[in-house]
Amino acid sequence: MLIYVSKRLLQAIPTLLIVITLSFFLMHLAPGGPFDGERQLPAEIEANLRAAYHLDQPVWRQYFIYLGNLLQGDFGPSFRYKDFTVTELIAQGFPVSLELGLWAIALAIAVGLPLGILAALHRNSSIDYLVMGTALAGVAIPNFVIAPVLALVFGVLLAWLPVGGWNDGHWRNMVLPVIALSIQQVAYIARMSRASMIEVLGSHYIRTARAKGLSEREVIWRHALRPSLLPVVSYLGPAIAGIITGSVVIEQIFGIPGIGRYFVQAALNRDYTLVMGTVVFYGILIVLLNLIVDLLYSALDPQIRYDD
Amino acid sequence: MTTDTTTLTSDTGDLSAGDSLGRDAWRRLKRNRAAMVSLVLLIFIAAACVAGPWLTPWGLNEVNWDAFRSPPSLEDGHLAGTDANGRDLLTRTLYGGQISLSVALVATFVSLVIGVLYGAVAGYLGGRVDNLMMRFVDIMYSLPFMFLVILLMVVFGRNILLIYAAIGAVEWLDMSRIVRGQTLALKRREFVEAARALGVRSRTIVMRHLIPNTLGPVIVYVTLTVPKVILLESFLSFLGLGVQEPMTSWGVLISEGVDTMQSAPWMLLVPSTFLAATLLCLNFLGDGLRDALDPRTH
Amino acid sequence: MPKPLLEIERLQVDFELHNSRVNAVKDVSFTLGEGETLALVGESGSGKSVSSTAILRLLPEFASTQGAIHWHGSQGREELLSVSSRRMRRIRGNEISMIFQEPMTSLNPLQRIGRQVREVLDKHTTLRGQAARQRVVELFEQVGIPDPHRRVSSYPYELSGGQRQRVMIAMALACEPRLLIADEPTTALDVTVQAQILSLLKRLQRQYGMAILFITHDLGIVRHFADRVCVMRHGEVVESATTRELFASPRHDYTRMLIDAEPHGRKAPIAESAPVIMQARDLKVRFAIKKRLFRPTDYFDAVRGIDLTIRQGQTVGIVGESGSGKSTLGRALLRLLESSGEVHFEDTDLTHLDSSTLRPLRSRMQVVFQDPFGSLSPRMTVGEIVSEGLRVHHPELTRKQCIERVAEALQEVSLDPAMRQRYPHEFSGGQRQRIAIARALVLKPRFLLLDEPTSALDRSVQATVIELLRTLQQRHELTYLFISHDLAVVRALADTVVVMKEGRVVEQGDTEALFHSPREAYTRELIRAAFLDQAA
Repeated sequence: MLIYVSKRLLQAIPTLLIVITLSFFLMHLAPGGPFDGERQLPAEIEANLRAAYHLDQPVWRQYFIYLGNLLQGDFGPSFRYKDFTVTELIAQGFPVSLELGLWAIALAIAVGLPLGILAALHRNSSIDYLVMGTALAGVAIPNFVIAPVLALVFGVLLAWLPVGGWNDGHWRNMVLPVIALSIQQVAYIARMSRASMIEVLGSHYIRTARAKGLSEREVIWRHALRPSLLPVVSYLGPAIAGIITGSVVIEQIFGIPGIGRYFVQAALNRDYTLVMGTVVFYGILIVLLNLIVDLLYSALDPQIRYDD
Repeated sequence: MTTDTTTLTSDTGDLSAGDSLGRDAWRRLKRNRAAMVSLVLLIFIAAACVAGPWLTPWGLNEVNWDAFRSPPSLEDGHLAGTDANGRDLLTRTLYGGQISLSVALVATFVSLVIGVLYGAVAGYLGGRVDNLMMRFVDIMYSLPFMFLVILLMVVFGRNILLIYAAIGAVEWLDMSRIVRGQTLALKRREFVEAARALGVRSRTIVMRHLIPNTLGPVIVYVTLTVPKVILLESFLSFLGLGVQEPMTSWGVLISEGVDTMQSAPWMLLVPSTFLAATLLCLNFLGDGLRDALDPRTH
Repeated sequence: MPKPLLEIERLQVDFELHNSRVNAVKDVSFTLGEGETLALVGESGSGKSVSSTAILRLLPEFASTQGAIHWHGSQGREELLSVSSRRMRRIRGNEISMIFQEPMTSLNPLQRIGRQVREVLDKHTTLRGQAARQRVVELFEQVGIPDPHRRVSSYPYELSGGQRQRVMIAMALACEPRLLIADEPTTALDVTVQAQILSLLKRLQRQYGMAILFITHDLGIVRHFADRVCVMRHGEVVESATTRELFASPRHDYTRMLIDAEPHGRKAPIAESAPVIMQARDLKVRFAIKKRLFRPTDYFDAVRGIDLTIRQGQTVGIVGESGSGKSTLGRALLRLLESSGEVHFEDTDLTHLDSSTLRPLRSRMQVVFQDPFGSLSPRMTVGEIVSEGLRVHHPELTRKQCIERVAEALQEVSLDPAMRQRYPHEFSGGQRQRIAIARALVLKPRFLLLDEPTSALDRSVQATVIELLRTLQQRHELTYLFISHDLAVVRALADTVVVMKEGRVVEQGDTEALFHSPREAYTRELIRAAFLDQAA
């Protein structure tokens, strides 16, 4: 198990290297530099600044300097927020994004899974059609449409909840963004768990369980539930990635100070170091989360043993 | 028991002479009402987007100085109202649809070509080459692609060709996995071995025996990729990283609508409805096609 | 006649499928006495499995059942189709147990097997804790699972198919049922394992004094195993009699046909001076199981050094259980797989030929595979499939000549040439196998590799395909390499037999001599398992 984890972490290195390299060189291809800003700097100061940022060195040197700094958790300075380093900005925004994301994924599972299973157990009934119809709408309507509509209805028209802002994570501020962020994943998880439950219910070992004399409830709880969770668990990786991507627009729409919003603003302002730092940070995060999902999967399926 | 029932159904579901699998699937699709309604609606939306801008009395950037941000009405001819600059929203939405749909089609086509070729080659060659090629796909999978695409947009500016290429380059991964899996399974089927025993050349085997048999899953996947791409493009445009003025797309219009949704909700609702209807229909159609082409549902 | 235990009266089962109704079982009646073994025999689609599954009401929801099933159980006589579902659950696994055809998928893959067996005890008995664990170990011992103390905590994937079926039997017997319904319990298993499972069932039946309802398509098993037989066809019982009566004097035509369909006849010997057509020396095939980038590859040796000589007009039978390497050997001889060692065909050494130099020879050595569903490309018409070889080897033929040759080949396998415009999925298994034979024949080959060509077919269809192969061999002086796990078929067709196990030849020789006086223990075991009825 420990060997497997370290092996997976080793395998993640090439992936991360590609992310870092790709984004580093893309950034250096970008037209303009960080200091051709509003006003012309005196040549001397600019030279000093360039030296401080290692911009006077050849690109490949800069690349290794950047790599070295990354290893120490240093993403470099931000081009726009001159007083902050990228690391500081990420450290500020990440807890907010994390809290939002965790609630969203929890809600997606807590709602999507039971709905899907309910629909599967009442296949072709009106419950099934209702759940699946709603789920299909959830898949088809993007979160950047749902979010403003929610804000309009509950924030403006009914005025039950704040339209935006974070307010240090007060629950009233969190309700709408969490719902908007999770709705699409609720729909996917419901569809997926329904399909896998139906498949499991048709399998031979369910017939065996019924032939043993188990009641329908026992058949479902003891024999059908765990196998039907497997595809849902393996979907968690993409689901998390989807929520992280979604948080970029949701934070933008609701004005939440997470990394998603920094990212969009940095992208629009061409704050190259911040954009790149965020991309690398997300890369590491996604690799780690995928590893956790795989370990969870192996806990459910005895056939997968990570001792190889 | 399962064998008994399946043989029985295949006995009664007797097929008429000279029936190809494709026609068989089409007949099953026609029985699926949701899929057929979706298909008709999609054709209608696509036709409206292509022909619509010529049919409406307003141009894309034509300003009606008498109607700024006016709600939908029959009297002034702005069926879907106007935007903050007095431009006809229906015209703009149909134009935006052209961009969204064309991005979807081109990017899907790019992903189709790369994915099918890459997957078929990996699957057919097998062994070490396959291993290496799929390893590469695995690595690509774990990249935070959305963010790299955004980085690309930031660095190279918002160029519609770049959007085509970038989205196509993201979406081919799934396609290549599907085609590879199919090819691997088909390669082991006995009809491929029989063809080799007949002395048929490798190239002919790939063209005549392998690729035609991967068509079913590929078609289904294409119908599911198109909505994904439309969504991606709208997402980028919504963030302000997609297409730019004077062009527009559904994502851009929705983003403008969000800004004015309190004073002019139609600006959000009209493009959103078009986008959601298109995505919904494509999903229905994809589900229907999957059922129609799945041999287990016969 | 013993006291009746189960009486089925006018059972009828319909399946509702998309607006259409399929009548799978129509008017089936039979009675099963206490301690008796009744066999339900029939070919695929006869309704035998559906009838037996209906007893415990385990059919899918879209099935509707009519008639009456009277059960003489712990509560006296009751009608199973109308008892409450609560009562039904008390009967399932307790008074009536069932085992199924699919040992690989009938156990929950995510649970330890001991727990799956104990669940039955939990449900129907008062045994708990240590006593229940003890009972599970005891059951595992009875069904012959080695090292039962350790095995109880295994997962299904760690067990072979035969062992999984033993676990299923242990589960079924846990509550000492009065009736065991066995739905083709050995069909998916190798013959030697099949024989072990059958004798295990016999022994346990005596021990527990239970009745068995045995569903099978295999008359050999019936003769050995059952007291009485019901023959089913198209959802009806066409004949029922004691086993002895049925085999001695079958009354119904269909029964007679089934019994006659058992392969019989012998191959006429060939002249000893017949020229050698194919010869292999020290043939070896190994597969890479796991290729790794920087470490040595793991290999599996499928064929480990085989010498073989085949003469013109001969049929060489290759027998062995799954995994013995018999199919791999066949493919290696035709150079469809990489191998080491030498292969000569006619006067040519195939060993060092590449695909283009091999191509002209391919028209003279052809192949017919087992799976009638997988061996024809689903998106090509029959005409395209049969003519594909002509396009490779006779590009000079005009379209018309091509069509003529295809028509000729189809007629030769007794198919209507007008069928060439149809697609494979419109044909039955037997017809597809004929198409596959036509595809090989159209090239006028001299050597034909037949890889389990009849194994996926019902007995009655099998008999006609075997007859066809015989006729074709005589008419065209064909040489066959016949690969099969079915010893009865091989005995009826082959001049010489090669017995394979784990990639090696165990024994080879003249067919009759080998079947009469096998030298090796493994050959004896195979023959005993395959010809159960004659041993009993």
